[in-house]
Amino acid sequence: MRKYTSVRAFREKFSFLVDRKAFKYNIYFLIFLGVIFLLSAGMGEQIFSPWKVINILFGNSSSFESMIVQSFRMPRIIISILVGVSLAVAGAILQSILRNPLASPDVTGITGGASVAVVLFLALFSNESNVLTVSIHWMPLAAFIGATIIAFLLYILAWKNGLSPFRLVLIGIGLWALTKALTNLFMILGPIVQASQANVWITGSVYGVNWSNVQILAPITIILLIIAFIMTRHLNIQELGEDIALGIGSKVERQRLGMLLLSTALIGSAVAFAGGIGFVGLMAPHIARKLVGSSFGNLLPLSAIIGAVLVLLADTIGRTLFLPVEVPAGVFTATIGAPYFIYLLYRQRNA
Amino acid sequence: MHVLETKDLTLAYGDQIIIDHLNITIPYGEITVLIGSNGCGKSTLLRSMARLLKPQSGAILLDGETMMKLPTKDIAKKLAILPQGPVSPEGLTVLQLVKQGRYPYQKWYQQWSSKDEEIVQNALQSTGMAELSERLVDSLSGGQRQRAWIAMTLAQDTNTILLDEPTTYLDLTHQIEVLDLLFELNEKEKRTIVMVLHDLNLACRYAHHIIAVKDKTVFAHGKPEDIVNRKLVQNVFNLDCEVVADPVFGTPMCVPYGKGRNLNGVKDNIVPVHA
Repeated sequence: MRKYTSVRAFREKFSFLVDRKAFKYNIYFLIFLGVIFLLSAGMGEQIFSPWKVINILFGNSSSFESMIVQSFRMPRIIISILVGVSLAVAGAILQSILRNPLASPDVTGITGGASVAVVLFLALFSNESNVLTVSIHWMPLAAFIGATIIAFLLYILAWKNGLSPFRLVLIGIGLWALTKALTNLFMILGPIVQASQANVWITGSVYGVNWSNVQILAPITIILLIIAFIMTRHLNIQELGEDIALGIGSKVERQRLGMLLLSTALIGSAVAFAGGIGFVGLMAPHIARKLVGSSFGNLLPLSAIIGAVLVLLADTIGRTLFLPVEVPAGVFTATIGAPYFIYLLYRQRNA
Repeated sequence: MHVLETKDLTLAYGDQIIIDHLNITIPYGEITVLIGSNGCGKSTLLRSMARLLKPQSGAILLDGETMMKLPTKDIAKKLAILPQGPVSPEGLTVLQLVKQGRYPYQKWYQQWSSKDEEIVQNALQSTGMAELSERLVDSLSGGQRQRAWIAMTLAQDTNTILLDEPTTYLDLTHQIEVLDLLFELNEKEKRTIVMVLHDLNLACRYAHHIIAVKDKTVFAHGKPEDIVNRKLVQNVFNLDCEVVADPVFGTPMCVPYGKGRNLNGVKDNIVPVHA
């Protein structure tokens, strides 16, 4: 009968209420992620069994096998997981502060902002022979700045005696369209080679990432995640609406701004390394919500894991199914995500 | 003991003054009901008393201190508000909702102490929601849902509870159910309750104290038996009526005129039983 377990430690200095069902789902999906992880590491032109992969990871293998798995596949897998986690958590946060299940990094225009910045970056910093005049390492920073600018624009434009979720969504969709248009404009104006390069990136791909990318992204993601998990109880009351949140003692505006920045940072860092892998931030929290409800202590971890599963699955399929051609992961997430978005809109029509 | 009063309070939306220089004290440990016609500012007044609306000038005092200067979490431990028609997010259970009432007492690493548990359980018990605590809020009936929200405000463990039209959208049975619950909370736990009600007759039944709002200020306030009469209804609601004794409780009951099933109204040909 009891569905909850009270966890208390150190004379109740630490105390939480754990939902057993949600806890189980988290474990299931974590195991599922582990399975995909092993399969993904074993798949490609050289195929290894999951058992073999484990052996390779523990160093019992030839240097050739180790190189394929450790140097080529592993960074890509880890980046996929980090990006999936970031986008999903950012999506869940946006859905809470906007009180709208359709809100996501894409629909608010924040992903688009990052994409514009990248295309602009490519257009500005390359010479006639399409060679970048500055280091490619600056590109992620450009993406991050673009995302933040759009988030601030969103915030400023939607601000009128406070921040109404409804206005935020409408303006977000407007910004989404604007960034799309700007991206196209810069691509048409720029050289054709860059256009195709940028296009792969915008669609979202973890192609060609390496361990140094992991070294940058991993700490950022982990720190942001820790902040997100500390914020869960604020996210919970944001969902109850502004009046309730205020009445219950929350500093609503300040928290909303903080959370918006948090989600921007998550999106910016994800987009910087993997481009606009679309609809993950929409789908992952949604699936999680269906399974464990909307209490953020349950929702946030499960969204994160599902996000990781989605991106890793999409990338694994993308790089193995049509060999030797690689299909960007974003193509697959969009193929599932876009109909999902339409389905959500369809369901909302009666609401 | 937490006393709520307004001092020279002026409320406005932009240039439009809603309440003008109002001084009033909410009696401690009683049920106070704000009445008035639509748009008279009674809800605005209630919201401002819960610091959801900043006064244009003047102040709300909580225990003699200006509310806008108090930390919002401290206020949340003394005073709870249930706004009108709250909407619960999809997929939240009653327990998960009620638990949110503990927010002002919690830290991120301390979210379910024994005390939290005890108070949440009490809130569920006294609202009769204990059996339904695992149910999703969206799956409940209107009355149950409102009781769940009231349980959440109870979990805040405050002495004063403000409610903005807690009976809106409820059928008569559920209106009585919710008001009975609030009365019990007042009677058994000595909580001060302030609410906005539309139904004047129910207001007279449950309130110890009525505040009638009109023309940006308080038209009258006091015990229903002392202040609710034909003249008050005419002035505050702009409605002609008879005020008789409620046949069940003997509290004032307003029977409005109007056309009924007679185009000329009733005033000319029917003499009221007693005036």
